[in-house]
Amino acid sequence: MTAEPLDTALIDEGIGERPWQRSLRILVRRRTAIFGLGVVLFFIALAILAPLLSPYDPLATNWLLVRKPPSALHWFGTDEIGRDVLARVIWGARASLSAGLVSVSLALAAGVPLGLVSGYLGGFVDGTLMRMVDAMLAIPFLILAIALAAFLGPSLANAMIAIGVSQTPIFARLTRGQVLSVKHEDYIEAARAVGNPHHRIVLRHILPNIVPPLLVQATLAAATAIIAEAALSFLGLGEQPPDPSWGSMLNTAKNFISQAPWMALWPGLAIFLLVLSLNLFGDGLRDALDPRRG
Amino acid sequence: MTAFLVRRIALIFPTLFFVSVLIFGLQQLLPGDPAVTMAGEEQDPAVIAYLRQKYHLDEPLPVRYALWVEGVVQGDLGESIRIKRPVKDLIIEKLPVTGELAGLAMLVAIAIGVPAGILAAVKHDTAIDYGATMVALWGISMPNFWLGIMLILLFSVTLGWLPASGFVPPDESLKQNLLTLVMPAFVLGNAIAAVMMRHTRSAMLQVLSADYVRTARAKGLSQTSVVLRHALRNALIPVVTLGALEFGGLLSGAVLTEQVFTIPGFGKLIVDAVFNRDYAVVQGVVLCTAFAYIMLNLVADIAYVLINPRLSA
Repeated sequence: MTAEPLDTALIDEGIGERPWQRSLRILVRRRTAIFGLGVVLFFIALAILAPLLSPYDPLATNWLLVRKPPSALHWFGTDEIGRDVLARVIWGARASLSAGLVSVSLALAAGVPLGLVSGYLGGFVDGTLMRMVDAMLAIPFLILAIALAAFLGPSLANAMIAIGVSQTPIFARLTRGQVLSVKHEDYIEAARAVGNPHHRIVLRHILPNIVPPLLVQATLAAATAIIAEAALSFLGLGEQPPDPSWGSMLNTAKNFISQAPWMALWPGLAIFLLVLSLNLFGDGLRDALDPRRG
Repeated sequence: MTAFLVRRIALIFPTLFFVSVLIFGLQQLLPGDPAVTMAGEEQDPAVIAYLRQKYHLDEPLPVRYALWVEGVVQGDLGESIRIKRPVKDLIIEKLPVTGELAGLAMLVAIAIGVPAGILAAVKHDTAIDYGATMVALWGISMPNFWLGIMLILLFSVTLGWLPASGFVPPDESLKQNLLTLVMPAFVLGNAIAAVMMRHTRSAMLQVLSADYVRTARAKGLSQTSVVLRHALRNALIPVVTLGALEFGGLLSGAVLTEQVFTIPGFGKLIVDAVFNRDYAVVQGVVLCTAFAYIMLNLVADIAYVLINPRLSA
């Protein structure tokens, strides 16, 4: 009879919770993070369900509807060749979200192994790899992405590769730092003492313990990648016309800013909302995964 | 101190080596024969032959790299295919424009970011702190090219207060020069201000809980005096050095800002070069940017040690 209230009290105080339960509890308490997550999920749903949700074909032109302001038929107005802006904003979510997902996945796939090897082996390998990382970090992110996209050729796929390559050193540096901070922990020493091979120590014992900061960085990097994709498309180096992307829509819209300001308003607002939401969620996730908080 | 300086300066060389390999390697990404690709749409055989000879494309890769580095060390960054002028001259010509824009943007960033950071730290955990933190997040999340377009809509198209685009050199008309740069500088400074605010806030929070600040308070000094004379002077050390590292963000932002406001600077040079397949210009701009960043990083590191008495002793 007395045990039940005692258990509840313990759970309320956060005692006896598993780490993921504690993180989830902190995350759920952060309203801004939940708002961010909600908006990100909304955009993901929009991108997946674009064929069902889009009111018109995003590529269909209509010379009778050139630069029409928002109306009951075209909620976000129409563009310079009569295409529905709402339909293009909905379909444009696909380019932005895939840029976020693919670029960050590429950066993780290249940066994490580099950081693991560098941090674990140390010495000459670490010194050489980190100087390579320094060299990549010395070139401003967007300038490196522009240069890579320029030499690879303008397309959404190449823009994603360029962004992913540009973000790789950030993940390599972060992973290395995390490996250095855990590699002398008792449990790693113990794993070594019982004769585990190096690859097993790195993959089974170190990697799972450094996932939280990588997860936070991946969320924030996705926000950066979305802005970068929009920037490259704005410059004409990302998604190519007539396929819709928020950046290329803004590129066209800037030429019609006095005649059709709605062309610039909605794609820009979509980028801003999605990036803000990812940053809010990333900040919340960082607090939730920080073991010093609770 | 001397050992630190020697070690820090020695670290530059391997970094510069890898930067040079990376930038030289960009050329290898070109599909097919680089000379044919670089020659543009006209595919003039004379131009192709000239490029093949100029870039030693018949030589093995390591030889080409060594020859390229030799040229770069002597200040030869190649020649623009489109404008037929040395890349070095083009960069020197555009640098003052971007320099002025970046300088003004930094002023905007400091004017907004530092006071906001101080206020957020002094009013820690209050509505003002949360408000300032949200505004910073807002600044980081805002695509600056969109902000630029929206400002043009408001201040140029609707109100007619400021010119929408273009650039007037300061020696021609200082007033017009500043009028053309007000919006671009604000757009560029906005994102840096958000980062500055975060740095200042966290540095101030750390300093405000230090013993010497408590002592200053115990002596009966006013809040303003404690914050501005005692706390801020120490908090600004990391802010100044971290501010120097925002250079990269400033240059990345300048590429887009110059594009939106049609400012003929460094950023516009690289974008135009990309579209004209003027690869020597792209390589030259990237190389100069990386070199400047590495040097600024070095200066920031040395300044940090020199300013901080605990490290310089």
